[in-house]
Amino acid sequence: MKAIDPHIHMVSRTTDDYLKMAISGIHTVAEPAFWAGFDRSSADSFRDYFHQLTVTEPARAARFGIRHYCWIGLNSKESENLKLAEDVLAIMPEFIDRPTALGIGEVGLNKNSRNEIAVLEKQLALAAERNELILIHTPHLEDKLKGTRIIMDIIRADARIDPARVLIDHAEEHTIGEIKDRGFWFGLTLYPNSKGSPERAIDAVEIYGTDRICINSSADWSVSDPLSVLKCANEMRRRGHPEQAVNQVFYENPKSFLGQCPKFQAD
Amino acid sequence: MNDPYRPLTAPQVLDLYFIENRSRVLDIASFLDRIDRYAGADEARAEYRYQALMRTLRLLVESPGDRTRAIQLSLSDPTSEPLDSAVGLKAWGAWEGAQHEGN
Repeated sequence: MKAIDPHIHMVSRTTDDYLKMAISGIHTVAEPAFWAGFDRSSADSFRDYFHQLTVTEPARAARFGIRHYCWIGLNSKESENLKLAEDVLAIMPEFIDRPTALGIGEVGLNKNSRNEIAVLEKQLALAAERNELILIHTPHLEDKLKGTRIIMDIIRADARIDPARVLIDHAEEHTIGEIKDRGFWFGLTLYPNSKGSPERAIDAVEIYGTDRICINSSADWSVSDPLSVLKCANEMRRRGHPEQAVNQVFYENPKSFLGQCPKFQAD
Repeated sequence: MNDPYRPLTAPQVLDLYFIENRSRVLDIASFLDRIDRYAGADEARAEYRYQALMRTLRLLVESPGDRTRAIQLSLSDPTSEPLDSAVGLKAWGAWEGAQHEGN
């Protein structure tokens, strides 16, 4: 089968992972800008990182026949530092204009603090001014419900942003219903320990339907699996779902959402 | 490509997933036994995350058909007021305030 991984952090993965993904059927990926596992000291670090996302990774992926796209943004874990945020916001447009950048992301909240919210509002305003697609990171664990609600309230208060052009990621059982009801796309993340499993993701497909859902690995430097979207597709298949539905969730849906950016083409 | 959807039956679901979930239950039991066995067990059992986990185990029995969502909600911060600062804070997996509200 063919699958798109709409959220994977290939800067943290080995070249062997690109090969495994290519021979397994993942020929298109999208990589959001994220937290590196440590707080960066200046906007220059982000300039280098955005260069890596827009130049180095597409070239590394192309060696294996994989199309690599990215999202540009300042993650919420580094948003407490307002001076850093201001400096990073100033350089973002230069990189969003690059040919494989699909929009602003992953931006959102981490601990639901006032500074995180202020920086998110600035990035959403930038997205609205430029009519960019938006990829939202929702908080982890006990903070997810509160943060998801705050984020949705902020976005829906800006009439310039069409919720059909926003994907709210890392959704779980207690947030999916509200996200769908408010008109957004939602993402489910497959993490072996701390997020969802393939079984729970396909439960969500069965409960909420195949519309406006994207499933991703979010594979990065932590415990994660770059082939997890294919394992999840296999979970859907072994429950008897038809290939057409499997293809919709794992290929057509991410293609539809990401394809709202004219730069995007799927293999 | 046009094959009809033939959903599993509940007995088939039981058959397909029983062994792995039997193992998961034993992992939880073993985790709780481990806490009991180690020094400081009383302190650990009084901690808010342990108490939160105990509440989720009750929800497994008390929330048929909606267990997963009920457990997610029981572990979540239900408030809406932003924090003044996130400096030095991280997520721990359960909301500490639930213990003080007697939830």
